[in-house]
Amino acid sequence: MKYVLLICDDEKVSPSNDELEADPVHQAWEADLERRGAELAGARLRPIVDATTVRVRDGETLVSDGPYAETKDFVGGFVIIECPNLDDAIAIAAGHPYAQWGGVEIRPVWE
Amino acid sequence: MTTSDDQVGAAVDTAYREEWGQVVATLIGLTGDWDLAEDCAQDAFAAALATWRRDGVPRRPGAWLTTTARNRATDLLRRDAAGGAKLRQLAVLTRDPDEPPMEEIPDERLRLIFTCCHPALPFPTRVALTLRTLAGLTTAEIARALLTAEPAMAKRLVRAKRKIQEAGIPYRVPPADLLPERLAAILAVLYLIFNEGYDEAEGDDARRALTAEAIRLSRVLVRLLPSEPEPRGLLALMLLHEARRATRTDDGMLVTLEDQDRTQWDQALIAEGVETLDTALAERRAGPYQLQAAIAACHAMAPDLGSTDWPQIGTLYTELARVAPSPVVDLNRAVAVAMADGVPAGLALVDELAESGRLEGYHLLPATRADLLRRDGRVAEAKLDYEAALKLAPTEAERRYLSNRLREL
Repeated sequence: MKYVLLICDDEKVSPSNDELEADPVHQAWEADLERRGAELAGARLRPIVDATTVRVRDGETLVSDGPYAETKDFVGGFVIIECPNLDDAIAIAAGHPYAQWGGVEIRPVWE
Repeated sequence: MTTSDDQVGAAVDTAYREEWGQVVATLIGLTGDWDLAEDCAQDAFAAALATWRRDGVPRRPGAWLTTTARNRATDLLRRDAAGGAKLRQLAVLTRDPDEPPMEEIPDERLRLIFTCCHPALPFPTRVALTLRTLAGLTTAEIARALLTAEPAMAKRLVRAKRKIQEAGIPYRVPPADLLPERLAAILAVLYLIFNEGYDEAEGDDARRALTAEAIRLSRVLVRLLPSEPEPRGLLALMLLHEARRATRTDDGMLVTLEDQDRTQWDQALIAEGVETLDTALAERRAGPYQLQAAIAACHAMAPDLGSTDWPQIGTLYTELARVAPSPVVDLNRAVAVAMADGVPAGLALVDELAESGRLEGYHLLPATRADLLRRDGRVAEAKLDYEAALKLAPTEAERRYLSNRLREL
């Protein structure tokens, strides 16, 4: 099974890439992915102040500042993984540091 | 040999109750297709009705039904191009239903129940899916029992099966590190099924029958996980509650423990409940269900309210509050303390709870307080609390009980 993990939080805690690299929880998460050979791709995203949303309505392109959804939590990164089943995906997601203050949404890839 | 229609009908009914979950579980294990599994199980039971009339009831109905369902799955998959891969797996396993298989069919129901109660499914869906696939209730029966419209229930079941497939919820017994958490989820589902039936005092039989379904499923779980004490604890708890069921209401009015006719309690169920509980407790891993069952056993074995072992019940509630903290447990503990150490001690605990606001809007808070005040002879205060409880009580049986108390004051 392929899953996309959406790493979400409210952006109140916003560690730099260097800080995240130095976080032992993050290191353990990376080691876990490595051990499982589960990661296919992944990226950290800039905060929503840098986001731009595009909608096309009646042929007109509408560009607006900010994220698509007006919610409390935002996607701050994603990882595409391949693993045997949802229980493994849950175990992987639970190891991500953002799971401790934000949340990780597991979405099966529509293939 | 021909068997009379009545006998065959009864044999099929019994087999349906005992084997449905097993047949479905095996077919899901073989095909990975929940709808196909249900359809083929349904067909196998229909075939049983006709074939058993002609040939007699087979020695092992479960094996006959599983083999027939498996053959049916092979037929259906053969017609379907995409079924090829599944078919190759099945072909090896297909047998003539008249020849009983030599090896035992492994009980797949444990995998099924863990999957039905997976935490990635919404809680009401876990309940419905368990009733459908393990207990064999029809969608209409489940909708009626859970007070939902049938189309909504059908949609819920379809969505659940789709999520299991598309999200990759594994069809398996979870590994040891996940077992305690996942087992707790199963027990919560079974206990909810029981309570849905138990709370239906009089009237709707479809709902009342849920207690029997819950007890039956708990027995299966106990058999499948013999070394886990909590399923036994839950089974004991259900049996002990069920034993008192007939005395809980009188003509649509709630009858409290104090006034229940104890001669009408089902002694066979009590004996079985106590024995089941003792087996569980021997494991020395007491969890919330064993503790609740132990409390129920104290009540069930007492000849009357006064000679109940209240200090023991108080201790059990203290332990329960430790392993499964809840304000409702604290409220029950307050009652036990009142009965053991006198009303003022219990009232102090109730007032503490009321001040914390944790039971705001819960009718049993003023009802309990009113009861204690009444015992203490503080009639005017008791009245006020009975009135407050009456406004909050959710069922007619409880409202009638409370108005009756008010009138008696």
